[in-house]
Amino acid sequence: MTSISRRGLLRTGAAAGVLAATGLPIRAQQAKRGGRLVVGLSGANTSDSWDGRTHSDVFIISAAQGAVFDSLTEVAADGSLVGELATDWEASSDAKTWTFNLRQGVTFHNGKPFGADDVIESLQLHVAEGSKSAAAPLVEPIAEMKKLGEHQVQFVLNAGNADFPYLMSDYHLLIYPAGQIEEAIAQGIGTGLYRNVSLDPGVRWVGERVESHYKDGEFGWFDEIEFIAINDNTARMNALLTGQVDAINRIDFKTEQLLRANPAVRIQEVTGNQHYTFPMLTNIAPFDDVNVRKALKHGINRQEMLEKVLFGHGQIAADSPIGPANQYMAELDPIPYDPDQAKYYLQQAGLDSIDVNLSASSAAFEGAVDAAQLYQASASAGGININVVQEPADGYWSNVWIKKPWCACYWSGRATEDWMFSSAYQEGVAWNDSQWDSEDNERFQNLLVEARATLEPALRREMYGEMQQILRDEGGVVIPMFANWVQAVSNKVATPDTIGNLWQMDNSRLAERWWMA
Amino acid sequence: MSNVLRIILQRLALGLLTLFVVSVVIFAAVNLLPGDFAQVILGQGATPQAVESIRRDLGLDQPVVLRYFDWLGGALTGDLGTSFAQANFASFVGEGAARGTTVMQQIAPRFANTMFLAGVTALIAVPFAVGLGILAALYRNTAFDKGANVFALTSISSPEFFLAYVLILFLAVLNPILPSLSNIYAGMGLGERLERTLLPALTLTLVVTAHMMRMTRAAIINLLASPYIEMARLKGMSPMRVIVKHALPNALAPIINVIAINLAYLITGVVVVEVVFVYPGIGQLFVDSVKIRDIPVVQACCLIFAAAYILLNLVADILSILSNPRLRHPK
Repeated sequence: MTSISRRGLLRTGAAAGVLAATGLPIRAQQAKRGGRLVVGLSGANTSDSWDGRTHSDVFIISAAQGAVFDSLTEVAADGSLVGELATDWEASSDAKTWTFNLRQGVTFHNGKPFGADDVIESLQLHVAEGSKSAAAPLVEPIAEMKKLGEHQVQFVLNAGNADFPYLMSDYHLLIYPAGQIEEAIAQGIGTGLYRNVSLDPGVRWVGERVESHYKDGEFGWFDEIEFIAINDNTARMNALLTGQVDAINRIDFKTEQLLRANPAVRIQEVTGNQHYTFPMLTNIAPFDDVNVRKALKHGINRQEMLEKVLFGHGQIAADSPIGPANQYMAELDPIPYDPDQAKYYLQQAGLDSIDVNLSASSAAFEGAVDAAQLYQASASAGGININVVQEPADGYWSNVWIKKPWCACYWSGRATEDWMFSSAYQEGVAWNDSQWDSEDNERFQNLLVEARATLEPALRREMYGEMQQILRDEGGVVIPMFANWVQAVSNKVATPDTIGNLWQMDNSRLAERWWMA
Repeated sequence: MSNVLRIILQRLALGLLTLFVVSVVIFAAVNLLPGDFAQVILGQGATPQAVESIRRDLGLDQPVVLRYFDWLGGALTGDLGTSFAQANFASFVGEGAARGTTVMQQIAPRFANTMFLAGVTALIAVPFAVGLGILAALYRNTAFDKGANVFALTSISSPEFFLAYVLILFLAVLNPILPSLSNIYAGMGLGERLERTLLPALTLTLVVTAHMMRMTRAAIINLLASPYIEMARLKGMSPMRVIVKHALPNALAPIINVIAINLAYLITGVVVVEVVFVYPGIGQLFVDSVKIRDIPVVQACCLIFAAAYILLNLVADILSILSNPRLRHPK
């Protein structure tokens, strides 16, 4: 691999941003303006609003970041980072000071021109007194936000973070007009391609294309967008099959064949970072013994679980949470199913056989109880007697997860390695569901901090590779598989060759990226 | 007539008592469910601090009894409170930005939609069921009567969602006549609204027809042995005329009763149908609210359901009194 210098990387990043702003993407030549896109989406709530701090599900994210609002940066469909309201950015050598140049000539839907104040005020929302923003951990490390000019802001971080521009693409971090934020939240006033026409929370959203936009000729082909909240799986499928909607998210695998048999629709499937896990508390016996953990990892039949729980809609994982939508996913060999090895590691731990409880519920992921039972069956050959404890779905995350020594869980993954690791694998963080700390592996924790402030991509790849290897070999989380994002689209709608895999529905940016065929 | 008035007042008083009992039961039941609003809304992110801060903001840290009387006090003065979801949202953005959506404001449009669906269904189902019942009585013990019975009993015995899917299959998928999505919204024309509402209305019609039709048929046949019917027949009246002019008015009381109960069902029992057809009615709101333990909304919905039953039963009783001269003019 050719080495890329820090400045070189930044320049490419900036170049990509400029290219995205001016040039034409590969498929755009065939794309054309016009039409009304109607989409049936699950994940709508009666509490949905235009407040980015509360966003957590696909319906409102697709409407907010996907259509009405913009963020500073954006993860393109191919996984690269491009500028959205920022055109380019540069870091100091310790990755502590970041300077962003903002796009000029952008206006909000109410006519207010966009500038540095909007960025600063919008980000401060997340760390305001009493705010419960889910994105607070992303904004808190910013020690200082400085307005260098009308279209330039500088962020000084508490500690170096090479991924900072990536974090700014988070769907919570929407840019609102300064001084009018309350109004903007009430009415949905952003800088996006689509103006909010009406939002009926938990029911429907309608948007119309703004007349001119900085993404013209590149994105935003529809004249109008309508999202309909359809939480029921069958109703969603029916709506697509009867042509009332043009696309739906979350296909029910059990009835997928019906969709495949219909020539008027096609199924879109991408593997992203969403993964199903079985975290064990590494500070509690018997999971504090690395040999027991190794034995358990040899006792799971990943291929069988992928086929029976996900109906093949996924990819085998190697006990590392870093997935195909990350930059530095390591090529690890998943630990094979091998009862003899499981027995061997149990002997290393001084045991002939072991009895453990595994808590599971459909709240963890669909089919979690089935997965636990499959695990039970496969592990018994290796002297591991798993007792599957079926927990109630209600209160699962409060009463079972991180409370019971071993349970089923899922993670939707994170855009960057550091973000994922510092959410669930850093010593002492709230969601560290395996209680993974420096007593388990000091090297991992040191690398985590070191890699965060390292800008050199080759070095980072090496460090993150080593961390993933450590998790595979010794980690307290069994990660058997990545689950695909599976959605269906009518042939009336055309989609680019590359579909984003960070999050469902083309990273929730279907309104922007798709067009009428 | 004062007699009727007294009954109405009595029933209304009893109804209020029933509503009170219902509210106690619902409040207790929702509190018995595992997990509360804070835990459910935070999901995987339910750290003790976050749960605690939401509970504090919403007053969920107060004892249950105290919270109930708080709510009751509000409800008695006509304030059903603010839904937890909205209150939680308000605590995010500060009181100023939250538009203070109350439970009433949240429920009103949904309730109007449910009433619209119930109305359309009633317009189809009541004439259909009563007509079918009359015809079944007229042609009793014929192939038509048996066919109508089998049809009605089959449809009432099938679960609603199954009927819904059968109708979707035949009327939306195989023969695309009607839309399978009933997402009506404000500002939609009446014609389109009716078209979208038709499939759920037909499903509900199938569910409620059997009860009303069988009662109509039974009540009429019951009377056919009476001497005055025989007299009418001896006068040489056509069988249809005998039934409609002479038997039906006297059979009205039980029929009205059954119709009222079924109308109440149309308001309260439409949850499944609304979910299958994505109809934005109160049933869907109710399900969403139970899921997140949003007690103020659940309470309000339950009160509406209970009130619908009480009022429609009252109406049924009054109408059956009015339709019965013996009750209307007691000696």
